[in-house]
Amino acid sequence: MTMPISKKIIFYVLLAVSGIIVFAPTLMAFMMSFMSNKDIMTGSLPTSLSFDNYVKAFGQFPLLKYLFNSFFISIIIMIGQLLLSSLAAYAFVFLEFKGRDLLFYLFIATMMVPFEASIIPNFHIIRDLGWIDTYQGLSVPFFAMAFGTFLLRQNFRQIPKELREASQIAGMGDFKFYLTVVLPVAKTSLITLGVYGFLTSWNMYLWPLLSTTNDSVRTVQIGLKQLQTQEQLNDWGVIMAGAIIVVIPTLILLFLGQKKLQKGLTEGALK
Amino acid sequence: MSMSNAVVRTTELKQLDFEQIKKKQRTKSFLKGMMFLLPSIVLFSIFLFYPLLRTIYLSFFLTDAKGVTTVFVGFDNFINMFSSPIFIQSIQSTFLFVLYTVPVTIIISLFLAVIANEKLKGIGFFRTIYSSTMGISVAAASVFWLYLFHPTIGMLNVILGTLGFENIGWLTDPTWALIAVSVTTIWMNIGFTFLILLGGLQSIDTYLYESADIDGAGYFYKLRRITIPMLSPTLFFVVTVTIINAFQTFGQIDILTQGGPQNTTNLIVYSIYREAFVNYQFGSASAQAVVLFIIILLMTLLQFKFGERKVHYQ
Repeated sequence: MTMPISKKIIFYVLLAVSGIIVFAPTLMAFMMSFMSNKDIMTGSLPTSLSFDNYVKAFGQFPLLKYLFNSFFISIIIMIGQLLLSSLAAYAFVFLEFKGRDLLFYLFIATMMVPFEASIIPNFHIIRDLGWIDTYQGLSVPFFAMAFGTFLLRQNFRQIPKELREASQIAGMGDFKFYLTVVLPVAKTSLITLGVYGFLTSWNMYLWPLLSTTNDSVRTVQIGLKQLQTQEQLNDWGVIMAGAIIVVIPTLILLFLGQKKLQKGLTEGALK
Repeated sequence: MSMSNAVVRTTELKQLDFEQIKKKQRTKSFLKGMMFLLPSIVLFSIFLFYPLLRTIYLSFFLTDAKGVTTVFVGFDNFINMFSSPIFIQSIQSTFLFVLYTVPVTIIISLFLAVIANEKLKGIGFFRTIYSSTMGISVAAASVFWLYLFHPTIGMLNVILGTLGFENIGWLTDPTWALIAVSVTTIWMNIGFTFLILLGGLQSIDTYLYESADIDGAGYFYKLRRITIPMLSPTLFFVVTVTIINAFQTFGQIDILTQGGPQNTTNLIVYSIYREAFVNYQFGSASAQAVVLFIIILLMTLLQFKFGERKVHYQ
């Protein structure tokens, strides 16, 4: 069915106005990151654009180190989550054993415990393990993930049971079946979950704030906070350059995977 | 006689064998299941279940600066907490914050999802724009808005100034600070909520709209009678998630206001953080964490009970 032209115009106007409002803060930060401090302070339109702010941000702060740390930690968490979630989801879908339903409810129960409510003992555990300022301290607590398990369980259930029976008759063990059949079939869901895991890990704030005390493993989010608080001259251009560097990887990932992410998240959330 | 006896004995023996094999197999499949689940169970135990129990335990004690329990005080931490005006204010601010952010987030995101669900040329571009805030971290978003709220050079006050209004101390005026933090939060939430709601809209059967079109139903009639009812499971989900997220707010507060002015933005997680990691009062901080846990638990249960009756399930 085609829409009358007048209705089309109304929709485009609504879409455009909403788009401008939603995107304005990001666009403004992007512009500011190329502007001189004088232009920003006087509130004038940019008289000149340059990469000076970026050069300054990288020069004054170990941003490169922070970026590497964030990448490394996010990828470790992503892999850990994919591995643990897919193993657990496999057990819930393909294996039958006593206590399975009970364990499933236990997984559901974990979703009701906010990490923030248990952050004090968690901090003490990491400290007692000597994991403060380490990559494992920043990543291992996030490997187990109920949401990921549910999302993959949903996907694994669509794999026909006959396939497993056939593989069992052919003498294929469960682990081999998991590796060679289930994981390749569920590739799309794994990618979705991976993107989601990466995004949330990259954007983590409270935990890296607590569990890092120096630059060695500090993430870029905490680096940005430091940039903002230590920038004595209130050099907004430099701060915005830092912020843009922080959001570019996740924005690119989001733009590439938006469709899949939307489909995957809706499925995991609702079925 | 003897022959039939023998037959009985062999069937008994077979049954015994069978039972044994079954039992063995059951143990085997249990072990196998555990093998797949053990990594998750171990990590959940160490970083979730144990800390939860430990939080409850700590809430009955005083501790030293290292977090070692020193004196058992029973319910004193809770009694002190609920008689402390600062904590009462923190609870009030938190509920007010939920009230400010959740409905507005849902309404704006629903509006965006509805207009972005039309089959128009270039719609993908708008969808990307609307979901973009999901890719922006709390630290970056807070820095963006920190500038927008800046008293003299911030965009918002500049606009107010050109319209002839007086400047507002967005982050320093106690009447405005919580609203400013809420605005930032709503903006950050839009991306995720929009994406989920759009997914919900797209999964509605187009057949429903086609038959409504045949009956000559108008746009808003279809929106009210088909879209919203069919979307209710998704709406139910995003409301729950947004509420729980609101209770867990931390990063915006840390960068924008540090709980001030006059503790008006001292939301519960920030309050826990300050009590534990600035004042080193792990006992009373744990008592606050227990309250947070109970609130979220109740919210979840309430949502389930309340949601089930009102929600239209396909």
